[in-house]
Amino acid sequence: MRFSPAAAMARVISRFTAPAKKYGVEWWILVAGALIILAILVMAMFAEAIAPFSPHDQNTGPQLSPPNRVHLMGTDNLQRDVWSRMVHGSRTILRVAVLAAVISLLIGIPAGLLSGFSGGYLDRTLSLIMDSLYSFPGLILAIAFAAMLGPGVINITLAVSVIYIPTYFRLVRGQTLQIKEELFVEAARAIGASGPVILWRYVFPNVIATTVVVFTLNVADAIMIEAALTYLGLGLPPTIVDWGMDLSMGKKFLPSGQWWMITFPGAMISILALGFTMLGEGLAEILNPRLLER
Amino acid sequence: MKNLAKYIVTRLLLTIPMVFILLSIVFIVLRVMPGDPVSSLLGGHAPEHVIEQKREALGLNRPLAVQYVNYLWQICRLDFGESMVFKQRVSKAILEKLPATVELTLCGMLITLFLGVFLGAYAADKRRTARDYGIRLYGIVVYCIPVYWMGLMLQLIFGIWLDILPIAGRTGPRVFASTFEKTGFYILDTILIRDFSALLDILQHLILPSVTLGLVLSGIFVRLTRTNMLDVLRADYIVAAEARGIRHRVIVYKHALKNAFIPILTMMGLQFALLMAGAVLTETTFSWPGMGRLLLERIYLRDYPTIQGIIIVIALFVALVSLVVDIIYAIIDPRVRY
Repeated sequence: MRFSPAAAMARVISRFTAPAKKYGVEWWILVAGALIILAILVMAMFAEAIAPFSPHDQNTGPQLSPPNRVHLMGTDNLQRDVWSRMVHGSRTILRVAVLAAVISLLIGIPAGLLSGFSGGYLDRTLSLIMDSLYSFPGLILAIAFAAMLGPGVINITLAVSVIYIPTYFRLVRGQTLQIKEELFVEAARAIGASGPVILWRYVFPNVIATTVVVFTLNVADAIMIEAALTYLGLGLPPTIVDWGMDLSMGKKFLPSGQWWMITFPGAMISILALGFTMLGEGLAEILNPRLLER
Repeated sequence: MKNLAKYIVTRLLLTIPMVFILLSIVFIVLRVMPGDPVSSLLGGHAPEHVIEQKREALGLNRPLAVQYVNYLWQICRLDFGESMVFKQRVSKAILEKLPATVELTLCGMLITLFLGVFLGAYAADKRRTARDYGIRLYGIVVYCIPVYWMGLMLQLIFGIWLDILPIAGRTGPRVFASTFEKTGFYILDTILIRDFSALLDILQHLILPSVTLGLVLSGIFVRLTRTNMLDVLRADYIVAAEARGIRHRVIVYKHALKNAFIPILTMMGLQFALLMAGAVLTETTFSWPGMGRLLLERIYLRDYPTIQGIIIVIALFVALVSLVVDIIYAIIDPRVRY
């Protein structure tokens, strides 16, 4: 059989369209979300190659110039190129949001597993603490933490991660309580498996599927929280390029009508959050259609 | 009804540990981290003995445990204490700003509910049509727009380009603060003294912030209403109503929506925390003199008692709303028993 590029293309395309027949629109939502994330990831990885100027370069052209051919998104009050700052800023926000979600996952999941599995006083105490945190507005908590920790990439990541620990805890604990009663756990216990083994080999794998969805949605949320903190001037030192900080700087030029300084940073934040939300929604519909309705 | 009263009391008692835990976390975080009110009061260059004196006067030199127990005892007596930076009772500072935040959040909530519920119901009715997909897309997109950016863009469009709405503050320059001595809720105050030009001014200032807040949160309610409506529209009594020849629109927006509304109401209680967070950001964007801005200001100054007081008030507020939602739930759905 001869290799034909057209047939290969068709095969590749059909690999993407085949699930669409089964899942409908949800598949396309997932693909669209993944593509957005991929595009911004590429932007972050090859920032030096993509950005025409250095994000710190204070001599790229006229001050506060509207978008034109040289400056796709215009320039700011310090004569820096807005597009280059957008490209480089993607690194900061992606790093903080993903890392924050990972940290809360690493704390929330074990705590939830342990709490749900062991029960008793530990469970009650942990649940009470987590429920209190969960019911309180996450952003306000993050503001308090970020302000006290002071500016810095690690600090802002920690402040954001505090918000999502209760989310994982509650999700995992609830599922652990259910799975604990399942027949296969009882069977494992009957053949003499110890507590940790049951937790790791039997309960954990069953919990992990739903956390994937929640993780993607948390990253989307963390993106908006990170940008909110830096917008409020809490999270990062001014030397770091960040979308939220650019937005708060652009805010000063809103009354004089320099629209590009707020439009583009905000749009980037929204688009990135949208990518993760769409990926999460698509995954949720495909993995477990009723998950998000609860 | 007796059961309901018992339920309310239990719920109120349950908020105590919640507030206590939050307060403890904030108390510890505030004091463990570097910086304190003294440095923001005196600046960084005050002589050592002056700093020590001030710390002693504020009780900051005592062991953490002692400070903590003292503070808890103070809170038990419902005393929020005095600000460490200004000569001001914390309760007074909060009460001054609370009405602004309540006014904003209530208007935002109304807009959210109105938009979210009607769009969601409409989408469910027109399921799997272009309009349904359009509304769902709206729900997702609007959810991903940060509140502050939405606010800035609305300011840019309606405040700068079209120049038809004010973009900052609660009142214009011609409305005086003395008008608002009764309740602090400006809408209520102006109606009470029948100053309708001032009322108009206040409503104009309220439009952009509350629409910002309302739009962003409406996405969640679109999805929620839609999924609930889909379930309800499949129910037998809807089919029966159709069979009896009741007009389709009446069935959807009266019969079905009424029944789909109960879970939406529960969700509203949960989303209230999100609304409070959104309010903080909206307040900063629109220079709205509410609790959110007060909190931010005082966080920079490390004004411990005021920060703690605001956290308590917000926590109580969230708890109260979810309680009220539960009570309304019990009243509109007679099947619910506590």
